[in-house]
Amino acid sequence: MNISLLLLIYLVGAIATFASGKNNARTVAIVISFIGAIFWLVFYGQIQSATVLTESYTWIDSLNIKLSFLVDGLSYNMLGLCALLLPIILLTTNQQQFKNAHILYSLVLFMTFAMCGTFMAIDGFLYYIFWELALIPIFFIGLLWGNDEFRIRKKTMITFFIYTFAGSLFMLIAFVYLYAKVGSFNWNVLKSAALSVREANWIYLAFFLAYAIKIPVFPFHTWQANTYEKSPAIGTMLLSGIMLKMGLYSILRWQLPLTQGVEKSIVNTIVVLCIIGVIYASLIALRQNHIKRLLAYSSMAHVGLIAAGAYTNSFDGTQGAIIQMLAHGFVVVGLFYIAEIIHSRYQTYLISEMGGIRQQATKFSSFFLILVFASVGLPGTFSFIGEFTLLYSLYDMNIWYAIFGGTTIILGAYYMLKMFQHSMLGNVNENTFTDINTKEFVLLTVLVVVIIGLGFYPNPVYKIISLTPIL
Amino acid sequence: MNTLIVLSGLAVIILLLEIFNFRKGIIPLTVLGLGGAIAATLCPETFVKTELYNMVHLSPISKWFSILFIILTMGIVIMGHDFYKDRITKLSDFISLKIFVLIGAVCMIAFEHFVMFFIGLEILSITLYVLAASNTEKIKSNEAGMKYFLMGSFASGFVLFGIALVYGATKSFYIESIAEFSLIPNVPLWLPIGFAMIVIGMLFKIAAFPFHFWAPDVYQGAPLLTTTTMSTLAKVAAIASLFKISAAMQGIMPDMYTQLIYILIICTMFVGNIVALKQTNIKRLLAYSGISHAGFMMYTLLSIETSANELLYYTIAYATAGIAAFAVVIYATVNKEEELILHFRGLGKRSPLMALILSLALLSMAGIPILSGFFAKFFLFKTALSNGYVGLVIFGVINSIISIYYYFKVILNMYTFKDNEHQNIEVSSSVVYPVIAILFIAINIVIGMYPSLILNLA
Repeated sequence: MNISLLLLIYLVGAIATFASGKNNARTVAIVISFIGAIFWLVFYGQIQSATVLTESYTWIDSLNIKLSFLVDGLSYNMLGLCALLLPIILLTTNQQQFKNAHILYSLVLFMTFAMCGTFMAIDGFLYYIFWELALIPIFFIGLLWGNDEFRIRKKTMITFFIYTFAGSLFMLIAFVYLYAKVGSFNWNVLKSAALSVREANWIYLAFFLAYAIKIPVFPFHTWQANTYEKSPAIGTMLLSGIMLKMGLYSILRWQLPLTQGVEKSIVNTIVVLCIIGVIYASLIALRQNHIKRLLAYSSMAHVGLIAAGAYTNSFDGTQGAIIQMLAHGFVVVGLFYIAEIIHSRYQTYLISEMGGIRQQATKFSSFFLILVFASVGLPGTFSFIGEFTLLYSLYDMNIWYAIFGGTTIILGAYYMLKMFQHSMLGNVNENTFTDINTKEFVLLTVLVVVIIGLGFYPNPVYKIISLTPIL
Repeated sequence: MNTLIVLSGLAVIILLLEIFNFRKGIIPLTVLGLGGAIAATLCPETFVKTELYNMVHLSPISKWFSILFIILTMGIVIMGHDFYKDRITKLSDFISLKIFVLIGAVCMIAFEHFVMFFIGLEILSITLYVLAASNTEKIKSNEAGMKYFLMGSFASGFVLFGIALVYGATKSFYIESIAEFSLIPNVPLWLPIGFAMIVIGMLFKIAAFPFHFWAPDVYQGAPLLTTTTMSTLAKVAAIASLFKISAAMQGIMPDMYTQLIYILIICTMFVGNIVALKQTNIKRLLAYSGISHAGFMMYTLLSIETSANELLYYTIAYATAGIAAFAVVIYATVNKEEELILHFRGLGKRSPLMALILSLALLSMAGIPILSGFFAKFFLFKTALSNGYVGLVIFGVINSIISIYYYFKVILNMYTFKDNEHQNIEVSSSVVYPVIAILFIAINIVIGMYPSLILNLA
């Protein structure tokens, strides 16, 4: 059995979901997502015995472009993030929530297909196509099912699309330039291209532009908060939980290995940019009243730290980045789900209109608190391991990087707890807040169990990470 | 040669059908005849190349270009079935004019002798002047025909003068012997001048900067089906023949020529894209987008030895998307005075399929994978980079980004509407437009998924 069948599951699933009609679409999509998750789990044993799974099929002979896939520890982790988060994300929706549900759910599955393809493709051209394909569904999800007035939403989504597309075109130039040099898009061949320092610098920067916009790294982040705010919850979760990780993954998989001759000063500049982003985003998050925007900026702070760690190109940095990508994925999906639960009760995202919910909904606020702690990186949660390793890698590079990067934990604790205080504590709210129902309880439990379970016993993840040859 | 004979016969027969009062048969017969023309193109040449029969010759690449032209014409002619419903008495004229455009296009790509080329160019141009002005009741259509005729004949004059100068220098009309002659050192000065004049004329035909001013007005004024023909068939034929002439002449052009083309490409792309941003009429928008695409197609003029297939691929991607897009435009703007982008509001609800097709066609033009427009641009960028034109690629990318904005403006418009507004849109009841649109977008997607199909052709 080939792991690329996972792609086929999602692609066929997307078509099946579309064909199943408005009423059954959600059920079909959820079934497909579970099949995908199980399919992923089946390969756990296989990847440990084989270390690397590769496949290759012919596609465009005349240009030496192949449908090649490679799954090693890094890819397998990312695929896991995709495969495991998808059922959770789909289950957070309600049966009657969306108009034209069959289109929405098939777009979601199609996007998962493209994202999994990005994590698997080892041919640069194929990778680029998957990378772009993932963008189109999320654009339409945000556009057609988003919040707020259509006119405003349209502006936000088109900015998002053009911004991201523009960045990735520069990555395409980098790929084509490398291709013109070596005559192949295969990762191994591209890696062995003999680049002068100048070429390496430019290619490094072209890649950086694409990934910095996607992640986003300061100062390329301006699309993010608006897009998160306007997208429907399901879109925000996909964006922040999985799609951002495409950029981080690509740094580790493509940018760093392909441009090893890059000058140290450029690397330093970029790490500094990432750290500026961390502090900048944290400070803005302090001032936010809109819960989704706050989470967007907090997410930007966290991924900024991941990017900084990844760009150190050290063993610890890479390892920390992989762990933190997973941890952040689960935590941020949980937090956006919390925001969505509040919105479903109160029809508002503004923190100032909440308050005093804890006394009415104790279970809910307990989950919220655990997720807040996980986001802050409290020891015992999975995020702690990730952030700690990342900061350690920054410390190795320059102690000041670690000191400034570390402020994310302090500031993060401040704005996250402040948000918790203003939304959950205080006088009893006049509006009734029904506590979470069984479905919400189960979903939040799953997320919390993953976050805390891996926090105490991260061995399975480490085991897979150790299978990554580029480490 | 076979192709031209079949097509000419077909065009005359179609004209005659009117006399026999056999209107119903016109379209089926034309499609059949065009199918026959494709077969004739694919068959080996009956006429051996001798002293007498050497003015036209189909090289492998021009064979595939001819087939592309024929397929495009097929799509246009089939759409004519419903487009000319109100003017059924003139049907045979319109259809045979379309075939004459095709004959001109095939001459322009298959020529060996410059007289053949000029005849082809004039058959194509004059037919288009007539077609542009064919909606005699509309003042805009008359204006379009007049404008196109005045400016187009001026451009033809340039081409003719250029041919004369080239003949003066080389003592030959045959492109092969001209190519041989141009390799000799110290050619007379008027050979490059003549060539430059031919290039100017052809740049006019493909609507490249700074000869692009006619395009938006003429596209807007002409009847929609004529606009379709101009923006797909005529543009593709012109760029293909410019490519062929440039291939023969590249030996003689000074280095400055490359720089000039380089600058023209950049200007053409920028002018097309930036002006397109502000358009409210879909025909003008597509005209400007066509101008920017002409700029992209001109990339191939900088790497003539290796780019023939890439040009073929680009033209197929552009023309199939163009026909699909125009089919939807015709479908959605029946009985409208003007074809405003606003008229597309709510099309996403009114007829989701056609809205999807227009979206796909525009996305292909914008260069989004996996539609073929992306690969087309990718191949151009690839060749440009391996020839060291890094700057050109960066400008190309910037232009792709700009173009996203106006393509998306149309797409978003189709999916924007107030409640029930979509019920007011009047769309054509014909099945012909959807069928053609689906067919051409399918070709577009298939060659996007399997680019090897085209790249391995010739």
